[in-house]
Amino acid sequence: MEFMKYKWLYFAISLLILIPGLISLAAWGLRLSIDFTGGALIEVQTREPVSEDRIRRSVLSQNLELSSVQTSTDNTYFLRLKPIDQDQHDQLVNQLNSDLGGAFSLRFETTGPVVGAELTRKAILAVVLASAAIVAYIAWSFRSVPRPYSSWKFGLTAIVALLHDVFVVLGLFSLFGHFYHVEIDALFVTALLTVIGFSVHDTIVVFDRIRENLTKFPRLSFTAIADFSLTETLNRSLNTSVTVLLTLTALLLFGGTSIRWFVVALLIGITSGTYSSIFNATPLLDLWESRSKPVQK
Amino acid sequence: MRSLVYITSLFLVCFVALMPPRLSVGPLTLYRPSIRINALGLSFVRDLSFKLGLDLKGGSHLAYSLDTSGISESERDHSVQATRANIERRVNLLGVSESLVQTAKVASDYRLLVELPGVTDINTALSTIGTTAKLDFREVKTATPGAQPEFSSTDLTGADLKSAVVQFGQGAKNGAVGQPVVAIEFTPSGSQKFAEITKRNIGQPLAIFLDDQPVTAPTVQEAILDGRAVISGSFTVDDAKKLSIQLTAGALPLPISILEQRNIGATLGSESVTKSLFAGLVGLVVVWLFMLANYGKKGLLANLALTLYVALSLSLFKLIPVTLTLAGIAGFVLSMGMAVDANILIFERIKEELRWGRPPSAARELGFLRAWTSVRDSNASSLITAGILFWFGSGSVRGFALTLIVGILVSLFTSITVTKSLLKLWNS
Repeated sequence: MEFMKYKWLYFAISLLILIPGLISLAAWGLRLSIDFTGGALIEVQTREPVSEDRIRRSVLSQNLELSSVQTSTDNTYFLRLKPIDQDQHDQLVNQLNSDLGGAFSLRFETTGPVVGAELTRKAILAVVLASAAIVAYIAWSFRSVPRPYSSWKFGLTAIVALLHDVFVVLGLFSLFGHFYHVEIDALFVTALLTVIGFSVHDTIVVFDRIRENLTKFPRLSFTAIADFSLTETLNRSLNTSVTVLLTLTALLLFGGTSIRWFVVALLIGITSGTYSSIFNATPLLDLWESRSKPVQK
Repeated sequence: MRSLVYITSLFLVCFVALMPPRLSVGPLTLYRPSIRINALGLSFVRDLSFKLGLDLKGGSHLAYSLDTSGISESERDHSVQATRANIERRVNLLGVSESLVQTAKVASDYRLLVELPGVTDINTALSTIGTTAKLDFREVKTATPGAQPEFSSTDLTGADLKSAVVQFGQGAKNGAVGQPVVAIEFTPSGSQKFAEITKRNIGQPLAIFLDDQPVTAPTVQEAILDGRAVISGSFTVDDAKKLSIQLTAGALPLPISILEQRNIGATLGSESVTKSLFAGLVGLVVVWLFMLANYGKKGLLANLALTLYVALSLSLFKLIPVTLTLAGIAGFVLSMGMAVDANILIFERIKEELRWGRPPSAARELGFLRAWTSVRDSNASSLITAGILFWFGSGSVRGFALTLIVGILVSLFTSITVTKSLLKLWNS
């Protein structure tokens, strides 16, 4: 199949998804949950044991959104929600008192973020370092590609595809945040890291075949080899993606609501990862490497 | 034949690790064993139950109040954050993963909230987190023969430390043989101070004080120029570990005192665990069917290997132990889809080799051989990412990276080694 012929179409499709997301990121940013912003912690004691559901409903009737309820000993409950002031707190406790048959507040604190600036900074630093290490590893492992092709270009292209996947997920979640009030939380960070871990994985499988075919067929142009290698590995790429998407779909359908958006982030990221390894990384590499052999066509 | 014995016994070991604590089969009642190994003063004790995170099981909630009275208004936020970072380091060094450390404010009072999932020994946790660990070295002021020596402070303190690790004494000045000691290393400027202090105190005791309490006062034999020393005392391994954690994390920038200690329940209901476990089971069955439909007999073997992947990973989660959160379980379900990737790569390659006209047995050999470079490089890149995340990350990021590393290594073993020997067995 002549994949490379339509490379501009693939790039256009990517940009069609990336650009609105990037604009949304720049204009509205991400909607952060209390994991990032900090919030309020209220410890409530009730006269008799109540279900977490009743507490949730009672809080909702005050137009406040409960982030979590934890049960402690002696009928006490830890409620975590968005930052509220003393008045809102007093009203909420009144509401709880009437809804739950007697309740009072033991303490009311304004908490700092769970995912602090330090964790975010460290995670970003780790991802940057990991990207650099992957470029170096690919450059070393692919050193056998015949001249004038450069193994560094393989590594750098893999990272470009990785950035594509990261920004697809970030951009779409920025849009979700703006239009559907979807918040990103600590789980989202994990989802993003998973996508990063597996994005390069997919790309390398295709690149490995290109490496093999470059030595096997030294007379063919890079474009022909890229086409050929993609066709050969297409079955595998699709099958692996199908198995992963199957497990993710099972999670989405049966996994419950608390991880729904986490699974959505993974689904988007893994789909983008498969797409970018076939339709971005390889055409981009072709564009770049073909330059070094303008004579041969 | 030998490989069949290996694989069967691996399955058996996993079964023992994963079975419920008590299992009744007809007249027989089986009990799950626990592991208790004591060697070289280090103990390795596992009761082989899953460690569940705060979201699934809850744990201990500790509230500390921070004393900011000695700090100017403008410096307050900074020192509170520094204290939080320090406590987080201590909790991580304790080996409690998936914990939570956050600041809180009530009116103008600063608080620190620490939540630890399922800590069995809350007292060790409390004392490791709570003490200030102010280390300083003191020299003898007046040397009256026969009387208790009186000490005066030097400018060498815990701030001059580069590292502190637990070691075991090797006799002489390194502490009694086999006795746990804390080996410390100074920063370059600390080494210089230490060299000067030891130089002028040869033959005299040099005392090490922790939180103004003397820990040990060894006599200086000679000037120590390389900036290394050993703190020996009558430590237990746990004491030594606690001390090394406190020294490594440094002294707390602000004094703290405990306000409250409570047990708290899970943030997520128990139905989210059953739901995601059910989803995992559905995912596993769907992948089984997919592999069977696509690769037939070979798919069946890959499914056996995938089942071993699930059993082995879960056993390792118990053994290491890895604290499981809902995200961790979801990530594990996802990894089942990824674990067959190497199988798919190999089987597709075998199909290709067959298409190119190779005889079946050669195609099988070549399939494994030629798919290896892509399996190696793709997994190596994932391992690099996970390794750097583990090394650099903190808190939940570290736990995630650890699960990823376990998953990659186990899947390499099951999808290559196990599948290959099963395939050989089938064809012989």
